[in-house]
Amino acid sequence: MIEMQDVWKTYPNGTHALQGISVKIDRNEFVYVVGPSGAGKSTFMKLIYREETPTKGQISVGGFNIGKLKPRKIPYVRRNIGVVFQDFRLLPKLTAYENVAFAMEVIEAPKKIIKKRVNEVLDLVGLRSKANREPSQLSGGEQQRIAIARAIVNNPSVIIADEPTGNLDPETSWGIMQLLDEINFRGTTIVMATHNRDIVNKMRKRVLAIEHGNIVRDQVRGEYGYEF
Amino acid sequence: MSFKTFLRHMREGFKNVFRNGWMSVASITSIVVSLFVLGVFILLVLNVNSIADKADSQVQINVHLTLNTDQKMRETLQNEIGSMPEVSKVEFVSKEQGLIEFREDMGPDAAELLEGFDEDNNPLPDKLLVEVIEPTTVPFVADKIEALNKTHDEQPIYKVNYGKGSVETLFKITRAVRNIGFVFVAGLALMSMFLISNTIRVTILARRKEIGIMKLVGATNAFIRWPFFVEGALIGLIGSLVTSGVLYIGYSSLTRSVQGDPMLGLQMIPFDEIWVLLCGLLVGLGMLIGIWGSTVSIRKFLKV
Repeated sequence: MIEMQDVWKTYPNGTHALQGISVKIDRNEFVYVVGPSGAGKSTFMKLIYREETPTKGQISVGGFNIGKLKPRKIPYVRRNIGVVFQDFRLLPKLTAYENVAFAMEVIEAPKKIIKKRVNEVLDLVGLRSKANREPSQLSGGEQQRIAIARAIVNNPSVIIADEPTGNLDPETSWGIMQLLDEINFRGTTIVMATHNRDIVNKMRKRVLAIEHGNIVRDQVRGEYGYEF
Repeated sequence: MSFKTFLRHMREGFKNVFRNGWMSVASITSIVVSLFVLGVFILLVLNVNSIADKADSQVQINVHLTLNTDQKMRETLQNEIGSMPEVSKVEFVSKEQGLIEFREDMGPDAAELLEGFDEDNNPLPDKLLVEVIEPTTVPFVADKIEALNKTHDEQPIYKVNYGKGSVETLFKITRAVRNIGFVFVAGLALMSMFLISNTIRVTILARRKEIGIMKLVGATNAFIRWPFFVEGALIGLIGSLVTSGVLYIGYSSLTRSVQGDPMLGLQMIPFDEIWVLLCGLLVGLGMLIGIWGSTVSIRKFLKV
């Protein structure tokens, strides 16, 4: 599903964020990406959804060679990748429903189908009753659920989650993790960067540890492995 | 892009104007203020122009005839002048008529001075009043008329008079007024474009995050740009329509109060005659600025 071969990323300011990473993530896997702040986790994630391009090396996601992608083609690749962030990134002036529907309007889906599918995913994340609220009227956990609903509404094959529980209390975080687990169970590959030790240790999945721009550990059903 | 998507963009653009509440109000206000200043200036320039045109067209050539010019000679001259291509009208003013007009011009205060002059004792010559089509040709035509003297042995023309010097000055002034007016209008138009697009840029700056989010969800640049385009056009349209309305109300009430005042003796151009030009210009400019401001500003953020 996702494959990186000797990927390097050096930012214009000279930071070597990634130094020769090679990794393969299969369809339907659930992968935690852990490591200290500034180790390269976010860069790793950004390369997958093509927010950044590698300085060297090859990345393919779902068969697309992401590194060589023409800017014009980027939107079409992103539609196959759902993204979830720590700060939710919902459109502030749209309702929960409209936020989710936006992702489908982008692919020019017919209105009828949009309505059916959006209600479906709102049911899945348990927020159908709050469909007409704006993000500011929702709690953090609820906003994240809406963001997840938006990420999955187009049935992407991968979900990239960059610290999705970073702003949430432990209880709410568990709710979000159960939701992601459910989505993974239904067949979506999930790559999730996290600092949440409890979650990684309780919900055992594959763990990639990145330090100084290198993958230093790759465990099946691994543990968090850091003290913080 | 399918028709349905196009409708969606239109709808979103409309909605965005309301969603952004105060930001839209700020943009519209800046459009109204700038276009209002521009509109006032355009009206001013148009009116000054029309006054200048009137002043220009009132310039006539007086052809004074020698005392012993007979009727036949006079008619010949009248025909010769009338056949010049630049001339629009030749009118004969007899000396009797000239005296009456002179009395009227001088008013009752000068009645004493003109006492004693009557039909038998009239110092004024007969004259021909010549009007030209294009006011600026007056000096040239005057020379041409003067030259007619050489073709007649009687030398019937005593003097050709058109206010030499002062007419040239008048033309210079009216031309300057026109040029300065247009320079001002052009400058103001540029300035308002700059001001407005800056305001719009600020309101869009606040939305760069939104644009980033749209891109992450997989929206193409065109998909993001269209609603902004519609929104900008709409804001420009609303702003320019409000401006046109305000100008209409202000200008008509001004026209009414000026027209009723004989002291000023000003003839303002009726709004009916210029509203198509004025409102067309304002609406066109407003929409252009709205669209320009919004699409140019988002182009930067689309590169994310």
